Parts: sequence; C-alpha cells; structure tokens
Amino acid sequence: MTIENAQKDIIDNFLFFDDWTQKYEYIIELSKDLEFMSDNLKSEDNLIKGCQSKVWLHAEMINGKINFLADSEAIITKGIISILLNVFNNRKPQEILDSDMGFIEKIGLKEHLSPNRANGLSSMYKQIKFYALAFSKS
Amino acid sequence: MNLSFNVEKIRQDFPILSKKINNKPLIYFDNAATSQTPICVIDCIKDYYEKYNSNIHRGVHSLSDEATSAYEDARNKVKDHFNIKYSEEVIFTSGTTHSINIVSNGFSKILTKDDEIIVSGLEHHSNIVPWQMMIESSGAKLKVIPLMENGELDMDEFANILSLKTKVVFLNHVSNALGLINPIEKIINMSHEKGAYVLIDGAQSAAHFKIDLQKLNVDFFTASAHKLCGPTGVGFLYGKKELLHRMEPLMGGGEMISDVTFSKTTYADLPHKFEAGTPNISGVIAFGRALDYLNEIGLEKIENYENDLLDYANSKLKQIEGLKIYGESKNKTSVISFNIEGIHSYDIGALLDKFGIAVRTGQHCAQPIMDHFGVDGTVRASFSFINTFQEIDDLFEALKKVKSMLS
Ligand SMILES: Cc1ncc(COP(=O)(O)O)c(C=O)c1O
Repeated sequence: MTIENAQKDIIDNFLFFDDWTQKYEYIIELSKDLEFMSDNLKSEDNLIKGCQSKVWLHAEMINGKINFLADSEAIITKGIISILLNVFNNRKPQEILDSDMGFIEKIGLKEHLSPNRANGLSSMYKQIKFYALAFSKS
Repeated sequence: MNLSFNVEKIRQDFPILSKKINNKPLIYFDNAATSQTPICVIDCIKDYYEKYNSNIHRGVHSLSDEATSAYEDARNKVKDHFNIKYSEEVIFTSGTTHSINIVSNGFSKILTKDDEIIVSGLEHHSNIVPWQMMIESSGAKLKVIPLMENGELDMDEFANILSLKTKVVFLNHVSNALGLINPIEKIINMSHEKGAYVLIDGAQSAAHFKIDLQKLNVDFFTASAHKLCGPTGVGFLYGKKELLHRMEPLMGGGEMISDVTFSKTTYADLPHKFEAGTPNISGVIAFGRALDYLNEIGLEKIENYENDLLDYANSKLKQIEGLKIYGESKNKTSVISFNIEGIHSYDIGALLDKFGIAVRTGQHCAQPIMDHFGVDGTVRASFSFINTFQEIDDLFEALKKVKSMLS
C-alpha cells in the first residue's frame, strides 16, 4: 500500500464517527496498538522537545525501509503517533520525503499539529522527514 | 453564595463569551493566563485609532495633545488605583516581564559580588531568568526561599537566609501555578529591617483584590494589563522615586533623553527615562479604561464572588476520585491546579477543549514548583468574575467523562 492509500484508509475510518467522543475513543484505542518501545530507547537523544508531554522517536534502516519506534506519556498523543506510524512506518525514505500531512486535517485533528499545543507532534513529523532525508543520503 | 453579584449582566460586557468552541459555548477557565476583554476596553482602542491616533509628547498639534493627555490620564489612573504617591513613579512597560528586566538590569550595575539576592521558590520563569542574567554580570549570589509541603513559602527558612548581605528580595504576590497568596507584608517588613529592597510581581494578584502600594511600602511592584481586563503587551512598573533615579535605563532611544550629543546623553526625568521609543499608546489608554471597568464593578465584590466560585469548585472537584489538588491553602486566589491519578495533564486539557472548556496544562512556566511536587505538569483551572457556578458544574461533568474515557 502506498502512503497515499494508507492515508485514505484512515480518512475513511474516521468518516464513520458522528461525534468527537467516538473519534477520541478510537484514538485512545489506537494508542494501545503502538509497538512497545523499551526504556533504553527513551533516551535524551530520541526525545522530541515539546513542553507538555514527552515524545520519543527512534528510527532504524532495515532492508531499505525505515523502521520507527515511538512513544509518549499522554494517551491522545500516543494515539496520534500510532496513526502517524501506520502511515510512515516501513517506508522507503523517498516515499516519506514525497508525503505530506494533509490527512491529519481531513480527519479533524489539525489542532494537534498546531505549534501552540507544544505536544511535539509537528516536531515529530519534522523529525520523521529528517530521518528520511538522512537515510536517503546514506 | 453571593446573590448581589449580577454575573449574567457582566457577561454581556464580554463579546468573546458568545463564541462557540467545538459547537459548545466557550467556558473560559484560563483567566490566570490572560483575562478576557470587556467591550468598553475594545471600544477604547478603536476610538483611539478612529479619533486621535498620533504620537505623544512630541507634537505641537491638537491630535498629539489629545493622545498625550489620554496617555497621561492612564498614568494617573494607575497611580490612583494602586495608591501610588507620584505619577512619575508609574512607568509604562510591555508587561511584567519587561518591568522585571528593568529592575534586574538596573541593579546589575549597582550590586557587587559580595551582595545577595533572594527569590522565592514559587516564581514564574520571567522572574527567575532576568535575575540569573543579572547575577552573571554582577557576581552577586542568588538564594531561594524553599517551599513547605503544601507549596507555601517556608518563612522560617526565609528568616535564615535573609541577612545584611541581602540587597534585593523578589517574589510574586500570588503564584501563577498554584494561586497561593504570599505573605508579602511580612516579607517586605523583614527585608527592610535588613536594608534590602523588595520587588513584588503582582501579575497574578492585581486582578483579584485591591492593592495599596503606599501602605505596603514596597520598593517595586509590577503587573500586566492583559490579566486585568486590558490589552496584551502593556503593563507598568512602580518604583520608589529615589530608586528609579539611581537605576540606569534598560533601553536607550527617543523620548528618554533630555540632551544628546555624540559624546554624551543626559537622561530625561522620570518616568520618561524608562520609556524609550513610541509606546503602545492605545494599549496604555485602554489599560486605564480597564482599571475603570474593574472599579465600576468593585474589586471587593469581585474578590468575594471569586472566593465563592473557588469554594464551590473545590467542593465539586474533590468529589472526583483520584483528583489531587496542588497548593491547598486558605490564602489563595481562584485557581485550582490539579491532576487525576494515572492520567497525563495534556490528555485532560485536550479533551476538556472538546467540551468547549479552556484550561491550561503543563508546567505553567514554573518548573521548580512542578519539581517540588514531583510532577511534570498539572491542569490549571483559573476562575474569574465572568465565570458562573453552572460552568463549574459543567467542568465537573466534563471531567467525569474525560476520566472515564482515559482510564
Ligand atoms: C506571576 C507571573 N509573573 C510574570 C508573568 C509574565 O507576564 P507577562 O507575560 O505579561 O510579561 C506572568 C504571566 O504569565 C505571571 O503569571
């Protein structure tokens, strides 16, 4: 599946929800799907600075694709990370570099990317792209 | 309950309260960060730009005269409101942060490495950083008044660290993270006995009760208009005349000099020495209008009503299992800083927003306080006289739902 298709699937999933409670309950569910990140990977180096809830992101190149591990202290942030990783995990660097984040707006979660939320999510996307750029050159 | 307070009528003064957030009426519980603005203050800004916008203190024309007298009227309003002796002791600034920097910068040229300054452990970052910078340049030493278990200042420890070496003591009147009212009268008296000057950060107190600066006999005091129903980016610094004369200005520029040649500049007299450049003229004038507005309602009535709101909110929130309130005390303003066991403050704030409820989450620019309680943040609901008891019920119901969603 391409990144674009993965994003379209997510948008379709979110169309089912009539109100925000269902949407957030779903996000909270998704937070539980996130792959376990061991404490030793939650290092200062992997910390994405956002003042409110800590977000860690770790990346490795495996067979030409980037494998991400991420976690956060806040459940909603974690749920959104889970959505992001659904889209961006196990992709070739170039695929990530060609992508955008428009789907977050389409599923009505734009506010979580606003710099004001300071929850590290927009920095997280930047960091995902940054890894993609670094790996594309290696 | 306070029945004489007509909150519904007051709410009509605030256009923003008709706004919907996520299709729900806005419930604004972030008053400690910035107060909302009544229509008379908004109109005052509009009026300025429509009718007499021009630079002050420098024109010979009528518009400039008009703007200058409105600006100086505002200075007198601040003087009267805070019972200050001389209007030239009122310096308009861009806010509390700017005011504190003026004082810390002024002292950096006066203090030496043998001097000490004392700060409270309850400070906003804006009160810590300028002094750390000052210490770097003067070599003076910084001491901290530690907190007791509940977050109140440890006054015994204050008495221990205060000495003849202490030159400046600075602390907030009310802590922004917890809402605790500090015993500043006592601190001012004790400091003066040792010959130390005191700067009080009134950013969180001025909106909640009347403050008489002559009676307090404090050396410096500051507050921000945007927490007093006024506009953002405006505030004032009060300083005793003889101290302001001794301090060098923070900024150089137009308006603050009396004589300039390329070799030497003579500073203008007070207050202009500290007001370099074109100030936020409309903002200052609107700040004066905001003080009028608060006085029209009456700060005493505001204080009583807010205390009732606080008591009610305390009794409601405590019914939520696992909810812990930080900084409980009889002496506090209408602020409740809390966490719910096992839930991150960000999650609570993000979901409350979905209910149209605005609170602040995180460290509240006061990391040392968060460290004291061993948490990395709290949810802060700060109430003001524009809030209703019904809104507190709504917060209570929303919190119960948020809690069940997140646990
Ligand atoms: C206690 C305290 N001091 C200082 C400030 C800074 O005020 P300003 O941002 O208006 O300079 C605040 C505002 O958040 C505050 O609560």
